[in-house]
Parts: sequence; C-alpha cells; structure tokens
Amino acid sequence: MIEIRLHGRGGQGAVTSAELMAQTAISQGKFAQAFPSFGPERRGAPVTAFVRISDKPIRIREKVYNPDVVVVLDPTVMNVTKVDSGLRSDGYLLVNTHRPPADLRKEFGFTQKIATLDAMSIALDILKVPITNTVMLGVFAKALGEATPDDVREPFIHRFGDSLAAKNQAAFEKAYSETRVEG
Amino acid sequence: MAKPIGLEVSLAVAEAVKLCDTDVVAAYPITPQTHIVEHLSELVANGELDAAYIPVESEQSAMSSCIGSSAAGARTFTATSSQGLALMNEMLFIAPPLRLPIVMAIANRALSAPINIWNDHSDIMSIRDVGWLALFAETGQEALDMTILGFKIAEDHRVSLPITINLDGFTLSHFIEPVLLPTKEEVAKFLPPFKPLVKLDIANPISMGLLGGPESYTEARKVTDDILVASKPVVIEAFNDFAKVFGREYKVIESYRTEGADTILVMMGSIAETAMTAIDELWDAGKKVGVVRIRLWRPFPVEEFKEAIKGAKNLAVIDRAISMGVPDAPVALEVKSLLYNEKVRPFISNYVVGLGGRDVTRDDFKYISGRAEEFSTSPQTQYELVGVLE
Repeated sequence: MIEIRLHGRGGQGAVTSAELMAQTAISQGKFAQAFPSFGPERRGAPVTAFVRISDKPIRIREKVYNPDVVVVLDPTVMNVTKVDSGLRSDGYLLVNTHRPPADLRKEFGFTQKIATLDAMSIALDILKVPITNTVMLGVFAKALGEATPDDVREPFIHRFGDSLAAKNQAAFEKAYSETRVEG
Repeated sequence: MAKPIGLEVSLAVAEAVKLCDTDVVAAYPITPQTHIVEHLSELVANGELDAAYIPVESEQSAMSSCIGSSAAGARTFTATSSQGLALMNEMLFIAPPLRLPIVMAIANRALSAPINIWNDHSDIMSIRDVGWLALFAETGQEALDMTILGFKIAEDHRVSLPITINLDGFTLSHFIEPVLLPTKEEVAKFLPPFKPLVKLDIANPISMGLLGGPESYTEARKVTDDILVASKPVVIEAFNDFAKVFGREYKVIESYRTEGADTILVMMGSIAETAMTAIDELWDAGKKVGVVRIRLWRPFPVEEFKEAIKGAKNLAVIDRAISMGVPDAPVALEVKSLLYNEKVRPFISNYVVGLGGRDVTRDDFKYISGRAEEFSTSPQTQYELVGVLE
C-alpha cells in the first residue's frame, strides 16, 4: 500500500489531485481511497489531502500519519507547514518549485528523495490558470511509476469534460517528460 | 462483470436515490450532507431523475414536505446532518405513527456547542427513540446499497415506517473509493414501484394525524413500537433478497474474528474498518480480539446481538456520542440493559472515541482492547473518554 499526503492552498486543486490519483488507480483495477483534511474551505489557506493506493482492499479510515509520498502543490506552504512530518525515511517528496532539490534540502532539512518541477509555469503556460494539480499528477506518475499518460486519459475526461481534459492531458504529459528525478 | 468506479460516497448515495426512481426530494443543505442533495438537485435539473426537488428554507420544512409528499403517495427522500436533524425533530416523531416510509440519509455529525462540523454520532442518538428504523453503513458501497435497501424495507407493507441511513460525515461521506453502481434494471428487479399502505386520496378520503386522548394514545404508541420491532425479519429478508440480485451479503449484526475471542469490540459505522485492521495486528501479536458491528440499530436485533457476543469474557462497547449525566454512552447503555438478566454475561466496559471528528486510529482500538482487559480485573472502572486532554 502506498500512502500519500498532498499539501496545497485552497483553490489550487489539492483535493482534485487526490481524487484523480484515486480514480486513476481504481480505473486501473487497483484499490484506492482519497479524502481531504476536512474543514471549512477557504481560498488560499493551507489544505491537506490524503490518498491510499493498494493491490488489496483498503480497510482503514484513519488519516495518513506516515506517508510514503508527500506532494507539495505550492512551495510557499513549506514556509508554514512542516511538509515532511512523518514522511518515511525511504519516502519521496514531490515539490512544485523552480528551485533544485539541493536548495530545498539546505533550507528545510529534507532527507528523503526529492523530485521537483516548475509546475506553476507549465500550468500558466498550458492551462492559463495557476492550478497545478494535474501537472503535479504528472510528477507523481513519473517519479513513482504509478501511472502513464494513457492511464489518466479516461479519468481526466470524466472529471473535466473533453476540451478541458485535453489541456490537462497536455499539462500532465509535459510534466511527465520534464520531471527531474533525483539520484 | 461490472467494474468499480472511484466515486465520492455522497454522490454514490445520490446515484442510489436516482436508481430508485424517487419522486420527491425535499432537503436543506448542511455540512457534511451537502454533496448528497447538491448532486440530487443536479440530477433533477438535468433531467436524469424525474422528481420534484423542493428547496425548502429549513429542515423543519424539509421533513414537513417529506411527510406531505409521502402521505400523498410519492417515494420520498431527504438527507441531513447534525443541527439540521435537530431542527427536524418535531416532525420526526410524526412520520412513524402515520406509517410514512420516508428514506433519510444522515451524514452523521456532532452538535453545537462548540460549533463543530465534524463526525460523531450525537445527531442520530438524539432521535433513537422516535420510531424510525436506523441502518449504519461502514463503506461507500454499503451507503449506496443501504439507500436502495432503505426504500425496499421502509415501503414493505409489513413495515411502512420511515428509515435513516447513517453514514459517517466526512470519514465516509467525503471519501472517494471504489463503488459498484448497480444498473437501473437490477434495481427495478429488486425494488418494485412504490405502492403506499395508506395515502391521502380524494376518491377514498381518510384522515391522518388525529387527536389521540388518554383513552387511545398508549395503544397508538404500542402499535408503532410493535410494528418497528416486527420489522426486523423484513430487514433480514430484504438483505437476503438483495444478495440474490446484487451478490453482496449483509447481516443485521456483523462479526469479525469473534470465534475464540476473549474480548469483543462492539461498534457502529465506518470506524469498524480501521478496527478490523487493528485487530488483525492484535491476533498476530497473540491477542484474541474480535469485532461486532451493529448495522441495524433500530429495531435493535437483540437475538442476533446476543448470539454474536456469545463466549466473550469481555465486551468493550465503543460509542461515538456522550449521554450527558449518565456514566455510560448510548450504545453501552443498551448493551448492558440487554444482558443484565442473562445468567452468563461478559464484563462490559465503555469507551467514547472520535467526538467532533477526532481521528479514530488503529492505536485507539489496540489501547481499548488492553483497557478492557485491565478494567475486567478492577470492575469499579468501566468507562473512559479515550484520549481526552485534561
């Protein structure tokens, strides 16, 4: 079972990201669950969401305390939230940032594997909105080997409708090919 | 073979209401029930569900509308949570004696004060005595299936009573998980069109909700209670019929690894999933702990419950609500009263967890299992508010 925690800000699509991760896994025949950190939602406030993906039925509903993967959709969240809290020592940090991993290690003391991508630029370039969820899904798919561009096609169409799905598919694919995986 | 889809549980409940070809939905949005009625309003607006959607101005009106539409012979659904259920309270008492088979999903949530939008069972416990049947879902699939079953059970002429389908707010209602959506044909095979037992009809006039003075009130209350108690075999029959059509089997009381267990944890709702994972880990460590989950809360399945806990030395009853002013919480109170006159009975201790959305973890169940054993050797202690900060 892979446990994932996503950090973003209200309106950036952390919850949608979590939903799409789970829906992609379920459409691949796996078991998955996604849920937000439940609270009054406010645009711009730090938001957390959780995902579990497994080959077996998932019989657990507690929050994710020791994630295998942490996804950071907004780099400014790292200044106010300890995003690597509970992250397994062999875990993975996937960060939307233009900065190299070494910089992040120096500033935040991260010790786990890191993959980075300037997801915001891709989002603004292709989607024309500062919403990085499908871009960061591309990072996740690439870094973890969890899904290919073909796997997300159907869930995207279902979630976004045809025309918006095409843009998100392009953003996902650009992220998938450009993600820098460390080490 | 149908393939599971990743669906938010609230939407799965709304889809079930659609598949049941519901005639009237009267509801007021309240967190965490909102997505259920929001999706239903979409389904009605886009023509997928041919129903009257009544956007009322309060839950008191929602239940009043449901009573009216059900009495007029329409298949009727509503959903609410917490303060919304509290605001319905006056009308909730009226539906059972009038024999109106309204189906209501409750995304269970705490009550104010302090203001809290998160999950526990305070809302449903406040209406446990009003005469509605009550089912508790553990998973998204169950929430969907229980909604379909709700109409089947409630509308059976041997029952013709309203029913609540309880799903934990957020920890169930807002989860995205694999759900098998039945087809309309399958549901039609299982659920016949609604034929009301009684209805307001100008061709055959009747009166409903008349005065019942001291000479008849007792008898009227007894009739409703008798019918509620007698609905249990109808529930079991509906579960069996459901298994034949959909292949998913449900029992009024579910047991997990109770064979040879010294301690049994008793609970309701979605925390049972985490509990089962926790006790698997306990068995691996040599501890014999089982789980009994109450799916049918009203009418309380007395015989099935007694059978399920047979042989246990220790019962740890886990509640999700406080009963203020009594040294036990609601489920434990009932379990104790059921077993008090038994010749052989287990030691019973009571634990309240997960109030107002506090996370309920595997560690909580392991802790409770340990405490149940400790308490049994010092029986003066039998109640604990788990994890309370003092």
